[in-house]
Amino acid sequence: MDTAFIIETIIKIVVILLVFSALAGFGTYFERKVLAFMQRRLGPMHVGPYGLLQIAADGVKLFTKEDIVPAGVVGPIFKIAPVITAATAFMAAAAIPFLPEFTLFGYTVHPIVADINVGILYILGVMAIGLYGPLLGGMASNNKYSLISAARGAAVFISYEVVTGLSLLAPMMMVGSLSLIDFNNYQAGGIGEWIIWSQPVAFILFWIAAFAETGRTPFHLIANDHEIIDGFGTEYSGMRWGLFFIGEYANMFFISFVMAIIFLGGFGDGTVLGAFALLGKVAFFFFFFLWTRAAWPDVRPDQLMWLCWKVLMPIAVLNIVITGIVMMF
Amino acid sequence: MEHMHVANPYFGVFILFVLTFGAFYATTIAARLVSRALAAKDTEKIKLSIYECGPEVTKQPNRISPQFYLFALLFLLFDVEIVFMFPWAVDFKLLGWFGFAEMLLFILLLTIGFIYAWKKGALEWHSIK
Repeated sequence: MDTAFIIETIIKIVVILLVFSALAGFGTYFERKVLAFMQRRLGPMHVGPYGLLQIAADGVKLFTKEDIVPAGVVGPIFKIAPVITAATAFMAAAAIPFLPEFTLFGYTVHPIVADINVGILYILGVMAIGLYGPLLGGMASNNKYSLISAARGAAVFISYEVVTGLSLLAPMMMVGSLSLIDFNNYQAGGIGEWIIWSQPVAFILFWIAAFAETGRTPFHLIANDHEIIDGFGTEYSGMRWGLFFIGEYANMFFISFVMAIIFLGGFGDGTVLGAFALLGKVAFFFFFFLWTRAAWPDVRPDQLMWLCWKVLMPIAVLNIVITGIVMMF
Repeated sequence: MEHMHVANPYFGVFILFVLTFGAFYATTIAARLVSRALAAKDTEKIKLSIYECGPEVTKQPNRISPQFYLFALLFLLFDVEIVFMFPWAVDFKLLGWFGFAEMLLFILLLTIGFIYAWKKGALEWHSIK
């Protein structure tokens, strides 16, 4: 291992950490603005031009809150749970190629932290570990609402994990690789070769499961305000509570990248236009998360489980079998 | 985009693991230091009690509905299946008809288990009955 490689890796990681922490902060601003416009309000307007400095104000507020550890909680687990959520969300970034390769000062930069050959398996695995944040936080909180939220969160996550895995198997059979770079190269020929045209069912299934995996609104049972207060976050305050949100928004961005690269062609053949196209697709998926929150109510837990086990999973298995039959003939 | 040809592709994952956990843990420590210096403090004891679970804090056992354990068992059954299918899907073209027939048999066996779980009511949400 040469020194240049080590330095390059560390620089890439620091850039990703900074950019996506800032984007997660701005994600809350976008969400408030989008929801406000859809409800004919203005949203945050007072801090800075158009309320753009709202996230700075929020950050100051989160940092200067009194550091409270309630009585009766399991201290060490209570304190480490938000760190697990935020850190595992960012660890998923390792196997995602964010941009096409480019040359900087005569040195070719690959914008991917670790070009591992089991990329998708790694991303699914790390997102599954992300469950430990809400689970441990809820179980350590000594609060009934947190405990219900933790149990629900675990049930939803592991159920939709099955759908996520099964829906990605069909594209994998076509490409024959687990690396997101190979997925991108497979679709480099242009819009006609995108996997969404040959695997529309898998795309819809993965999209639905993405809402459950990130805990967004139609499946936001993990912190359903009118039933279980703030769920696993009820006893948290200050920056520990903020870390849960950084993790959630970073997860939304990374799963948008994964969807755009696997099903919508990624950055194509790697021109500057392709790079902007990828960012546009990611922006659309992120906007769709917010749009759904404005347009849809939450489902009930039993409806969520019914949808996963009795509808989505049989469809996903059928999709694999049909893909296999079509590919063999 | 070309693949990177490096000797240790997992090195980046390790560094990312160390740096993210370090950075976010440092964030909580920094928040604690800042709030100790700046935050308004209130030493009233009742403030530390947990939300809407009674003013006197007692240690509560973590008991949840057995429904959730059923879903955990189902998850074990079906996710192990998916782990088994990942290498098959990657080598699908290589394995040809033999691999496809084997996997159809495997899916058939799993479907029997799935129908059994459905008929037994393991997929229902019990508390709404």
